[in-house]
Amino acid sequence: MDASWFSLILLATSVLAGLLGALSGLGGGVVIVPVLTVIFRVDIHYAIGASLVSVIATSSGAAAAYVREGFSNIRVGMFLEIATTLGALLGAWLTTRVPSHAIGVVFGVVLLYSAYASVKKHEETHTQKPDALALRLKLRGSFPTGPGAHEDYVAQRVPAGFSLMALAGTLSGLLGIGSGAVKVIAMDQAMRLPFKVSTTTSNFMIGVTAAASAGIYLRSGYIAPALVFPVMLGVLLGSLIGSRVLVRARVRTLRLVFALVIVALGVEMIVNSIRGWL
Amino acid sequence: MSSLTTPPAPQPGAWSDQRIENWVGVMLRTGVMLAAGIVLIGGILYLVHSHGPRPDYTHFRGEPAALIHLGGIAHGVAALNPESIIMLGLLVLIATPVARVVMCIVGFFFERDRLYAVVSGVVLAILLYSLFLHR
Repeated sequence: MDASWFSLILLATSVLAGLLGALSGLGGGVVIVPVLTVIFRVDIHYAIGASLVSVIATSSGAAAAYVREGFSNIRVGMFLEIATTLGALLGAWLTTRVPSHAIGVVFGVVLLYSAYASVKKHEETHTQKPDALALRLKLRGSFPTGPGAHEDYVAQRVPAGFSLMALAGTLSGLLGIGSGAVKVIAMDQAMRLPFKVSTTTSNFMIGVTAAASAGIYLRSGYIAPALVFPVMLGVLLGSLIGSRVLVRARVRTLRLVFALVIVALGVEMIVNSIRGWL
Repeated sequence: MSSLTTPPAPQPGAWSDQRIENWVGVMLRTGVMLAAGIVLIGGILYLVHSHGPRPDYTHFRGEPAALIHLGGIAHGVAALNPESIIMLGLLVLIATPVARVVMCIVGFFFERDRLYAVVSGVVLAILLYSLFLHR
């Protein structure tokens, strides 16, 4: 295949991956890595390099839209970024040491879990119960519940949330993804923050977390510019279109369909890794 | 220990979380668009100049030093090397979340929230360590 054609096909595929990532709420990285490795037979190190860059682009690109809604909590985000950036350092370091097939298996498992998390019904468990550590760290806020109406919340179980965030950061650095699914679990399940606050704050955190692995990826030579440019531009375009469509689409049905695609990709990645094809 | 009351509504013109976030949101969007623009220019140059078969990415070899070190990238950009221009765009992109943390430090400082100015400072230190010092 000619180099220009390869770039254009990659661009088109990446637009689709970005669209899928935005509509399923999983993020572009979780989709683009299996697509690059399984379909285009790209080595997983180049794939996660391209993915990490796309993840930074979508996180920063979507930020302006989230800010307007008034759900994200910068203190919660900033405090937990200590955990995710330290985790990302560890993860990126592991990527340079762990064999490719092991990365592939972990990736497959994360895909399966993300698919499950994207269709699972979530229960709101947020509370105003005063938690001493959370109050000392100002991990609380209020979010809009309707026109002119606000509801207060206080974070719970801060150490559990912080530890889960370190895991999310490690996975992000190891796999070149935003690991939004794990970040949301840490905030929404462990710390009992409102779901909308968790998802929007997670989006903000993804860019900073990914930036913590970017330097290590760059120096390790994972970021191949000719591969990255169609992927980054495509995923960014796809996710921007996706977030516009999301307002009107019937999300529940879409999520189920996409979850099945993700499951297929996850199984394929695990099988390929075990057979040593990656 | 702080009391369990909601923070007062942000005063127009005063420093508030919402104001920091709006400011940060605009910066992030501008940074991404600038980065995407530079990457697009590099990408178009790459497509114009590339006539060979598709590059082989099936085996990992790592990228040449000229595309990894700042000096090498700057050199390549001056010579209008397409891949170096793409790298420049990616560096701008990686810098946007770092700039976000810097803006939060400034914002928290003016909000007189010392705790969070320090928390943001720790995050910035980790980022700078990973970008420049980590081997």
